[in-house]
Amino acid sequence: MSILGNRVLRREDPKFLTVGGTYVDDLALPGSVHVTFVRSSMAHARIVSVDSTNVQAMPGVIAVYTNDDLGLAKFPTVMGMTNEAMAPSMLASGTVRYVGEPIAAIVAESREIAEDALEQVVVEYDPLNVVIDPVRARTDEDLLFPDAGTNTSFSLDFGGDETLFDDCDVVVELELVNQRVAPCPLEVRSAAAHMSEDGRLEFNSSTQAPHGVRDALATFLGLEPDQVHVVTPDVGGGFGAKAAVYPEDIVVGWCALKLGRSVRWTETRSESMLGLGHGRAQVQHVRIGGTREGVVQAYRIEVLQDSGAYAGFGTVLPFMTRVMTSGPYKIPKAECASVSVVTNSTPTTAYRGAGRPEATAAIERIMDVFAREIEMDPAELRRRNLIGKDDFPYTTPVETLYDVGDYHRALDLALEVAGYDELRAEQARRRAAGDVRQLGIGLSCYVEITNGLPDGEFGAVEVRPDGKVIVRTGTSPHGQGHVTAWSMLVAEQLGVAIEDIEVVHGDTDIVPRGAGTMGSRSLQIGGAAVNQAAVDVVEKAKDLAAGLLEADREDIVLNKAKGNFHVVGTPAVSRSWAELAAAAAKDGNPLFAEVDLASPGPTFPFGTHISVVEVDTETGKVNLLRHIAVDDAGRIISPLLAEGQVHGGIAQGVAQALLEEVVYDLEGNPLTSTLADYSFISAAELPSYETRFTETPTPVNALGAKGIGESGTIGSTPAVHNAVCDAVAHLGVRHIDMPTTPIRVWNAINDAATGDGSAKGGR
Amino acid sequence: MIPASFDYVRVGSADEAIGLLSEHGEDAKLLAGGHSLLPLMKLRLAQPSLLVDIGPLREFSYVTDEEDYLAVGALTRHHDIAVSPLTLSSVPLLAHVAGQIGDPQVRHRGTIGGSICHGDPASDLPAVLLALGATFVARGPNGQREIDAKDFFVSFFEVALKPDELLVEIRVPRPSDARWGFEKLTKRAQDWAIVGAVAVRSASGVGVGLINMGPVPLRSGAVEAAVLSGANAAEAAQFAAEGTEPSADFNGSVAYRQHVARVLVRRALEKAGV
Repeated sequence: MSILGNRVLRREDPKFLTVGGTYVDDLALPGSVHVTFVRSSMAHARIVSVDSTNVQAMPGVIAVYTNDDLGLAKFPTVMGMTNEAMAPSMLASGTVRYVGEPIAAIVAESREIAEDALEQVVVEYDPLNVVIDPVRARTDEDLLFPDAGTNTSFSLDFGGDETLFDDCDVVVELELVNQRVAPCPLEVRSAAAHMSEDGRLEFNSSTQAPHGVRDALATFLGLEPDQVHVVTPDVGGGFGAKAAVYPEDIVVGWCALKLGRSVRWTETRSESMLGLGHGRAQVQHVRIGGTREGVVQAYRIEVLQDSGAYAGFGTVLPFMTRVMTSGPYKIPKAECASVSVVTNSTPTTAYRGAGRPEATAAIERIMDVFAREIEMDPAELRRRNLIGKDDFPYTTPVETLYDVGDYHRALDLALEVAGYDELRAEQARRRAAGDVRQLGIGLSCYVEITNGLPDGEFGAVEVRPDGKVIVRTGTSPHGQGHVTAWSMLVAEQLGVAIEDIEVVHGDTDIVPRGAGTMGSRSLQIGGAAVNQAAVDVVEKAKDLAAGLLEADREDIVLNKAKGNFHVVGTPAVSRSWAELAAAAAKDGNPLFAEVDLASPGPTFPFGTHISVVEVDTETGKVNLLRHIAVDDAGRIISPLLAEGQVHGGIAQGVAQALLEEVVYDLEGNPLTSTLADYSFISAAELPSYETRFTETPTPVNALGAKGIGESGTIGSTPAVHNAVCDAVAHLGVRHIDMPTTPIRVWNAINDAATGDGSAKGGR
Repeated sequence: MIPASFDYVRVGSADEAIGLLSEHGEDAKLLAGGHSLLPLMKLRLAQPSLLVDIGPLREFSYVTDEEDYLAVGALTRHHDIAVSPLTLSSVPLLAHVAGQIGDPQVRHRGTIGGSICHGDPASDLPAVLLALGATFVARGPNGQREIDAKDFFVSFFEVALKPDELLVEIRVPRPSDARWGFEKLTKRAQDWAIVGAVAVRSASGVGVGLINMGPVPLRSGAVEAAVLSGANAAEAAQFAAEGTEPSADFNGSVAYRQHVARVLVRRALEKAGV
């Protein structure tokens, strides 16, 4: 019997549920000094002076550094695609471009002294015009980087076919905002560094990509990669925002080198809300056309991406939006164009889905608007346009090759679980009765791309003479449960108990290479690498067993139930894993295999989410009643972990639809820099989910698995958003931008009632 | 998120606390549950030089039945009020509201006295105690005095306590035939109300309180007058915005908050049997 597909409990949890994790800030680092950063209080200004005279004299303050003291290079462009003039320096150099931008680093004997010192640094600013609205940024009226001559940091223009909609009977369009959100991992950014006795830089980091941190430190600080040792202790979430290396990380490493002392830094939550990259932040203009019978013929999306103050990873998010332009639909003509601009706000970055949720949000929202225009049920419109299961592999109009899927099955199952017809009947009843609390039903059919970047991954399996199995992986879990899943994969191949398996990750000395954990890549590439290494170790073990049992290698079989090898037909005479490992060790060759698996290419998970909400039409308050999620991530290795990913993803997706938004005033002051103001969702706002998996294995990788880390977020947001708009559609509301907070929903209802048909429910 | 430095004294008696307040004046702050003060200190919006921790004074944590009123010790935690059989039986409104403040952690640390003395117009308890016609008992160097709830909330985050006074008890009338309604609009369960409304109706009169509709917690005299003159809930609620000065922020404009106040007052009045 296979362990795969079973609800194996998370091996990680006993520790987290009892003694708790060990995060960077928990590390005992005797004698360490603390770094804290002077941050800009202005959104856009020239720095006239930074006066730290008072600080230098404070007892316990060791040093104050500005960018000139560091002498470090600027950050490189992202994949060579972004505007070079817009790359950030380590600390602000001459000009600050967002509130929270680090200006100077203070090193002090204690954190308290460092925080007190912070208040004594006097920064004199010469204010510049603030650009916070990306639409205004695009006009280039006020420039963040005058040398660049533009605020545009990146653009994509595929197509521009003026005849795109010529054959369409019905064309509808919509402008929608996919608002800026804060990833809010429970553990904020944190790093610690010191020099080892043999002169290497020892660096602890709260990151999703320890090898990326190692390489960045080496590059910026002029070291060889093997002179840098990065260790990630437990990491309390990242959601994409900890995939990047931040200036503060490099400065902490620099300080350790410069001072020869143990140096540590942990940001506060308020700093994290401004310093950790933000997600989403697109303004989208979408247009869809088709027949009155509900055949969609053409679709175009224009994306205006807010990069924030510098051209970092957020700048290139539209690239992933473009890849998923036409979603799960068979649309003959589809185009995507995008422009990314810099604004005086926190730089944007990858956040759970990173460009794909934005694509899904756009097409799913306008599919509903189109359905309403042609007076067709939104489920029926989707059914008529989904790519059929026999159409795969399917190449979309933007040249994305979808591997495999059964989109209709997911839709039908979701409708069945929801009791869709009964819900529509209840909705009709409430509408007819004019109830204060109206029912909204929202659908989202999605397809997304996982393992979309070209990196391969490292995996290794070693069996020790004591029978213990050591697994090493280049992925870097921060909540996902790789220890459990990789143990299951190895247990399956080797026939050993998962208790005898140790999974090692997040140490660049022990794991030589790794791309890390992001983009829902880990199982299908990192897990697959470990799986392949396990297969290879079995083959090596068979060689050894053949020698010890004096038999032909082809006759050796692995008894997975007992975890030993014997000659076919004579199970009584066998050699255990421990015996084989001991024999191998005696020969001086550990029983070991390692694999650098090249990426076999991306896979495309899909599904249908249905959300049911109740809207209080007198106050605009939305109450989420039910959320049904049918997800297909290919073969499910660990149902418990997959469900966990879907659950967390839905929570974050619902939060974007209903609650979360990073808000700035027109002067660029952040209004949501605490969790009192920023509406991070809690369990009290969420119902129990109704989740189902369909399994359509992918032929792309040996496991048949697709990524599941981001699907919950991608599928849920548009379903909830559509449900809210659906609840008040009969009142004349066409669209409400996210987050659908009480004030926005009420404004939309009120505007519709007073005859403003274009109402969008702005504040 | 690291407070400025401060001195800290954990007192053993109310007199000791009052003595310290007399000595240090405005530089000293009382620490009870800490759920309003500590966040302000961490953001360095408050930088008291002395924290007088009255947490050990458990003698001020109680709910008792007195002849004319329910007595609640100022240091009684929200959770304890919410589950107290006495509160539940004699002033169930108070138990209901205490059980909805913030989240469970807040309710297990925050105290009724702390919430009142903080004087936040967005907090639930001040408006509810206004509507109930509660009386607050303050103790200072020269003994105790009673302050009517309607005289207590002076201006934005300012209350009628003198710098050397300690709130020791809250006295809540408990008319036997009272019906009540409490409504608050929040984005999340744990949030402060965008707007909240409370209504209490009994043979002895009507009380209507408004949360977050001005610089101080409010009692809506206009609505009360309308009810007393025979208006039904919907009619009376039309007066709910009268005299209010809510702030505008991204959770609601002035007009929106005034609209919501009318809606919530109507609903609260309906539940109170008006």
